[in-house]
Amino acid sequence: MPDIERFRSETRSWLEANAPKSLVGFGSRDLESYTWGGRNATFATPDHKVWMDVMAEKQWTAPSWPVEYGGGGLDKQEAHVLAQEIARLELPAPVDGFGFTMIGPVLLQYGTEEQKKTHLTRICCGEIRWCQGYSEPGAGSDLASLKTRAVREGDEFVINGQKVWTSYADHSDWIFALVRTDPDVKKQEGITFILIDMESEGVSVSPIPLISGKSPFCETHFKDVRVPVANVIHKIDAGWTVAKALLGHERTMIAKVFGSSRDTTGRGRLVELGARYLGETDNRIADPHFRSEIAQAEMDSAVFGYAVQRMSDQSKAGHQPGAESSMFKILGTENNMRRSELEVRIAGPQSLGWDGPGFEQEELDRTRAWLRTRGNSIEGGTSEVQLNIIAKHVLGLPD
Amino acid sequence: MNLALTDEQELIAATAADFMREKSPVSRFRALRDSKDVVGYSKSLWKEMAELGWAGIPFDEKNGGAEMGMAELVTVLEAAGTCLAPEPFLSSVLLCGQILHRAGSEEQKKTWLDPLIDGTHCLALANQEAGSRYDLAKVATKAVRHRDGYQISGEKIQVLDGYAADALIVCARTSGADDDPNGLSLFCLEAGAKGVTRARQERVDHRSTAVIQFDAVAVDASARIGEEGGGLEILGQVVDIATVGLCAEMLGGMSQAFALAIEHLKQREQFGVKIGTFQALKHRAARLFMEIELCRAAVLASARAIDERDDRVAQLVSLAKAQCSDAYVHVANEAVQFFGGVGVTDEYDIGFYLKRARVAELSFGDSAFHRDRWASLRSY
Repeated sequence: MPDIERFRSETRSWLEANAPKSLVGFGSRDLESYTWGGRNATFATPDHKVWMDVMAEKQWTAPSWPVEYGGGGLDKQEAHVLAQEIARLELPAPVDGFGFTMIGPVLLQYGTEEQKKTHLTRICCGEIRWCQGYSEPGAGSDLASLKTRAVREGDEFVINGQKVWTSYADHSDWIFALVRTDPDVKKQEGITFILIDMESEGVSVSPIPLISGKSPFCETHFKDVRVPVANVIHKIDAGWTVAKALLGHERTMIAKVFGSSRDTTGRGRLVELGARYLGETDNRIADPHFRSEIAQAEMDSAVFGYAVQRMSDQSKAGHQPGAESSMFKILGTENNMRRSELEVRIAGPQSLGWDGPGFEQEELDRTRAWLRTRGNSIEGGTSEVQLNIIAKHVLGLPD
Repeated sequence: MNLALTDEQELIAATAADFMREKSPVSRFRALRDSKDVVGYSKSLWKEMAELGWAGIPFDEKNGGAEMGMAELVTVLEAAGTCLAPEPFLSSVLLCGQILHRAGSEEQKKTWLDPLIDGTHCLALANQEAGSRYDLAKVATKAVRHRDGYQISGEKIQVLDGYAADALIVCARTSGADDDPNGLSLFCLEAGAKGVTRARQERVDHRSTAVIQFDAVAVDASARIGEEGGGLEILGQVVDIATVGLCAEMLGGMSQAFALAIEHLKQREQFGVKIGTFQALKHRAARLFMEIELCRAAVLASARAIDERDDRVAQLVSLAKAQCSDAYVHVANEAVQFFGGVGVTDEYDIGFYLKRARVAELSFGDSAFHRDRWASLRSY
């Protein structure tokens, strides 16, 4: 048996023996049921904690990270097989969050040995949950104009300022942030990437309500917060390089979230909705206009999935991915937004509920979800900023 | 399904791209158009392409083919699309060659497929009729039993490369009403057979097509390809394959139209600056880039699906054709707009791409047709 097939059968047996039975088939439902870890971790069910701990023990929460930092040390092929086997049993992710998708990859690239040892191991076992401190009230698309100030005093920086759209800051233990360490040079050259413990004195968090009603977003204030200089990633004033690397990981993560919904077998959710709200004639969705829109949405998802797969297959074959993450960020989010609007329009007046009787919970959730999607093309870099990146770095159009 | 090209496929793609660049610049196509050449393509260049093995890529070695797949063929077709090469890949190789390859007898293959593969003669498929649109089953041309064979009568339109073809494959009705999916049969006959009359049609893309009259054309029973009444099944499979081939050509065409447009944005100055500095144009250009990337993934996925006999072939063909139809037209329209006034002059090549995009869009079903086909394949 080839090594990879042996790995598959061993993995399968191990998962069947160690995953809590109640989670087989549970899958990754909504964000509320996710396991995020952290000092104040909550779990959808007690078995979710068992599952996180058993996977952390096995070092499979970050399958491809090096073993010495708590990862599984698996190669691409093995990590792919593990993901397939987890998907086969429809198990939820053991623990997820920005530690895995954003700061972890950046630490692997830019962190010192000590930073990697300290932070990666705590991410892997679900001990620390991370949030992101990038945007500010005056620095959205023009991120490099950020003003949160860090002034050096001996071995510490004293930080003052405000970050917005710090997702889940109210549940997070540490924040990775961009701060201005030199206000007198070109804006990209005076920025430092630094890690801050949210329990530090002077850090305060308040939620930002969104048009969808509820929100994971917060604003985070820093008032004379003292942070060790040792928490700087890469070099002082060289944070923009790190920031861009991380944005690449963020866009890849967003693309993955939307790219995973390629349903080319079975009856899709849109078709179910169409049949329910629009009726069927001769086993076809009765309204030909909506039928065509549903087909278009399904085809958009399918072709997006193939484009993501092509990039992944090519990177296995040794091609370096370029600015594709910008492309996938735009396409993934815009598909998701169009799809969500289509769902709302298919359900018609039943999509108009905010609260109260006369609407099913599913209908209320669908409407809130649609409102939430309006942020997709803004968060993580607006579509317009991504188009600028493609125009400049892929097409070589002049400034 | 792996969507990265193998080293061998990369090599074929590079060879084809070099060949087309050197031997088939758009100026050659323009000269063919200007000369009102009735063949519509260069027979000698087609012979050279065949000698490189391109006419035989998907066919059996015993017929002179290379026994490779669509994944290889689409790389050549993409290269042909970049320079609008009008050689008869679609008519001869993808349509007629595939019909013979899949359903022809050994004798028929020897007679028609072997010389097709070595480039000595070309075949054209006569299936479309006035009003049949994209419905392959809508055929009024009749083939009635006559002595030991059949007598074919009817009219076919827009027969691609039909005017100069050496032989024709005709789809005719052996039974049933005019839109009955049963009762269609395929026949292969010499283009000069008694009762065949051809009139040249020139389409908007300046490729050669023909209206062909069949007036009680007598053929032997041995002219029939496959079972009597089994024509639609063969035709359906082959048109799906040809559609993927056309998509590859469209991918090449839209990529080149886009490259010309981007070059123009970098050169052309107005208001004292390069027009490529304008964000209004940059964003549109970036969106076109994304559409082309999606087409590339769809073309590769559908080609691989054919090679791997994936049971989602039909869905993937519709996916690729819908995607490429909308994208090629969009890219061509935008490219002409980027060029401005010169974009609508005959002197500039960009107009050729605009015209080819429209013809390709409306061949084998447009995006609306394929969206509806996708929906019915997925039972809604």
